[in-house]
Amino acid sequence: MSSVAEKIDLSLKLTGHYNEVKEKLFEGSPDIINNQRKKAFQDFIMQGLPTRKNENYKYTNVQPSFAPDFKYFHSREQKDVDLHEVFKCNIPQLDTHLVLLQNGWYYEGNSQVGQLPEGVILGSLGQVATSHPNIFEEHYSQLADTSEDALLALNTAHAKDGFFLYVPKNVVIEKPIQVINLMQADVDAFVTQRNLIIAEQGASAKLIFCDHTLNPKRYLSNSATEIFVKENARLDCYITQNQHNRSTSINNIVIRQERDSTIKTNTITLHGGLVRNNLKVILDGENCQADVFGMAFLDKNQHADNFTQIIHAKPHCLSNQVYKNVLDEKATGAFAGRIHVVKDAQKTNAFQRNNNLLLTDEATMQTKPQLIIDADDVKCSHGATVGQIDEEALFYLRARGINEKDARLMMMNAFAHEVVQNIDVEPLRERIDDLIDKRLQGEISRCHDCDYNCEC
Amino acid sequence: MEEQDKILNEVTQGEYKYGFVTDIETEIIEKGLNEDVIRLISSKKEEPEFMLDFRLKAFHQWQKMEMPDWAYLKIPPIDFQAISYYAAPKQKPKYESLDEVDPELLETFNKLGIPLEEQKQLAGVAVDAVVDSVSVKTTFKETLAEKGIIFCSFSEAVQEHPDLVKKYLGTAVPSTDNFFGALNSAVFSDGSFCYIPKGVKCPMELSTYFRINAANTGQFERTLIVADEDSYVSYLEGCTAPMRDENQLHAAIVEIIALDRAEVKYSTVQNWYPGDKNGKGGIYNFVTKRGICRGESSKISWTQVETGSAITWKYPSCILIGDNSVGEFNSVAVTNNHQQADTGTKMIHIGKNTKSTIISKGISAGLSDNSYRGLVKVLPNAVNARNFSQCDSLLLGDTCGAHTFPYIEVGNKSSIVEHEATTSKIGEDQIFYCNQRGISTEDAIGMIVNGYAKEVLNKLPMEFAVEAQKLLQISLEGSVG
Repeated sequence: MSSVAEKIDLSLKLTGHYNEVKEKLFEGSPDIINNQRKKAFQDFIMQGLPTRKNENYKYTNVQPSFAPDFKYFHSREQKDVDLHEVFKCNIPQLDTHLVLLQNGWYYEGNSQVGQLPEGVILGSLGQVATSHPNIFEEHYSQLADTSEDALLALNTAHAKDGFFLYVPKNVVIEKPIQVINLMQADVDAFVTQRNLIIAEQGASAKLIFCDHTLNPKRYLSNSATEIFVKENARLDCYITQNQHNRSTSINNIVIRQERDSTIKTNTITLHGGLVRNNLKVILDGENCQADVFGMAFLDKNQHADNFTQIIHAKPHCLSNQVYKNVLDEKATGAFAGRIHVVKDAQKTNAFQRNNNLLLTDEATMQTKPQLIIDADDVKCSHGATVGQIDEEALFYLRARGINEKDARLMMMNAFAHEVVQNIDVEPLRERIDDLIDKRLQGEISRCHDCDYNCEC
Repeated sequence: MEEQDKILNEVTQGEYKYGFVTDIETEIIEKGLNEDVIRLISSKKEEPEFMLDFRLKAFHQWQKMEMPDWAYLKIPPIDFQAISYYAAPKQKPKYESLDEVDPELLETFNKLGIPLEEQKQLAGVAVDAVVDSVSVKTTFKETLAEKGIIFCSFSEAVQEHPDLVKKYLGTAVPSTDNFFGALNSAVFSDGSFCYIPKGVKCPMELSTYFRINAANTGQFERTLIVADEDSYVSYLEGCTAPMRDENQLHAAIVEIIALDRAEVKYSTVQNWYPGDKNGKGGIYNFVTKRGICRGESSKISWTQVETGSAITWKYPSCILIGDNSVGEFNSVAVTNNHQQADTGTKMIHIGKNTKSTIISKGISAGLSDNSYRGLVKVLPNAVNARNFSQCDSLLLGDTCGAHTFPYIEVGNKSSIVEHEATTSKIGEDQIFYCNQRGISTEDAIGMIVNGYAKEVLNKLPMEFAVEAQKLLQISLEGSVG
């Protein structure tokens, strides 16, 4: 299989599909969304489906994931089943505004959103585009640069619906908002999800994004999220990825920060066949802070690639990145982080760290931490390590009477906890700590709460 | 004290002092590149058949290749047909004694401070001088021959030691390796060849000195170093070019092969003409350097001080095949004015217990861009491999850029790879401290930069270290304020 031929084939296939369903895509969507479609698709054709020849996809081959004949969801599917009955998030004590999405579409039967402060707009992307055209037009597709990433372009071309949140000036949403995208189809499915989040001046919110596969069909989820964090606003965004081994999850998140704003993201990958997370943070105002964390815990043939870009466009900002991977069996991990300090963004502090543990000889890790610095008064550093547990530390523990197995577990837990501790929602943090612990002890090798034992 | 004054003087001059042109008759072939040109070069050098085949194979491959664009460099398009691929001082290139060498040429080397004359025994360096792609003079040949060491120009090696050349040529850098590598393989005119036999420790430093003199030519030389079992050699390379307004291309290849327990130390002080303050002229330095640690416990270490060239694009690499082999890369790269550099290394760990160290210090000033790009790859069989990389960048001024692009690929669990990078500027408090003690800001920066680069400069042989220190100061001249 030559990759070039394959690339052309798959790109052609997607082009064919686009032309075939064009009418359906445009139908029922407001102009604001439709206007972006054409250019986005042209951008996709120009770039083609990424191959490993593409520098940004050097370590992740997405081609095979696009090969199956997928079912697409270009219009809303009506289901009589109450999704709240089908799926219940079982994290103890987690009290959230719960929003369900079904195959990328906002679920109309959402009944557990709860009471939100006045002025907050939460709902379906497609519907808000019609009901609040001004806010929508000002923001939609302003951050997603379709000429930069082919899969982001494909998302923009396919986008119909997803999650929308608008938090007005100085409004604080205390409880986290949990957005769960449930993937459920009777055949292999291609899910497109498009989210838009706007936090106005001084606003504050916490978001938890989860993806769940409800059966062992092959899923390809191509999601994109644009997040605007305005002056002095604060936004936390936690992403937990827990899908079965035949699924592919592609996430594009673009965040733009205005002055004095703070963001925190934490991407926890516990399961998933192929996971690709593109995260771009633009610090576009003075005195911004961005804390970006991520962790992947992989085994079997799983693959996770975290691709981050932190752009320091204005002076006096701080960014901090910590990404960790624990790779077992034949898992492969990749990390590409780029800090770009634009000219004149003086007094920038930008730090990045990537630590990886390889537990077997079959596991591989590829990391590419990069610095592009065009200003002189900066403090920037990056560090990357690939290795094993520190033997000396292990010896220290054993010298104190802890047996080797426990000592190893303890150290691996600690390794992961550095990332997990940055989750500010306590029940979620405890749950993830718990899951990691179980995973390390070998108690569960599959997704929690999943009846399908997919050993693929 | 006097020595210091001299350095200070040189520093304050701050111009590229090697920019003169020597008036010697040069033989230049027509511009352009095609199969005939390659046959012409080969026949001029009276090469055996296998060399011509090697060249043609490389050329055919080159025609199919495109100039890569992945580096963080802005390279104006190069017209490969507007370059002359062969230029040589016209006098017959074989000299029996110094008296026969063109006096102009000798004068050139004296100006450059290169000890071509054998009476300069004290310098203790054997030199192979290459002007416009042709080896002019190799010193100390006889002394070395006593030990069985072969050190001569490449063309001579092709004539006299064809088996060795045939055996090792292209084994580290295959003729089809990359765009500029293929170009070099097709048209290279001369270079140095060095063979250290089994168990021999080379008693003196070997050195190649490259000089571009003619206009509108490219320089394509090739160095091949073979260190047989248990041998040791330290090799130096230096280079300069006249100041010209147009850009000149330098695409060289250096191949090192280290067999069991052999050690090769390769040091470069690269000082091609960097172009003037407005970025006009200068050398494009696109070089492929690669060493193979083929034998067990062998060691190759690259040390480079890069201060010249308008554009530098080079990645001296080590392929660690032998078990317990060691690769080292130490680099100081300075860019000023409009210079651009994208340099770094590749460490490919294949054998067991292989170790590599990368120390890279980048210094950017003026409007320049300085990038480190490196790959550390540990193959699944390379158990217990170990790498440590440190890449520091120093920024002088707010108009320059410093970039770091490391690639780390690890394929087994017993290996440990660490990478660290920092970017910063010289602290105002440090400069203030020096000012307070009566040291001018410019000198203070020179001192601090030298201290910063010390870790690498210390690895250079003595003569080179002194030269490198001076170079650092000159290169940064005028970058203050």
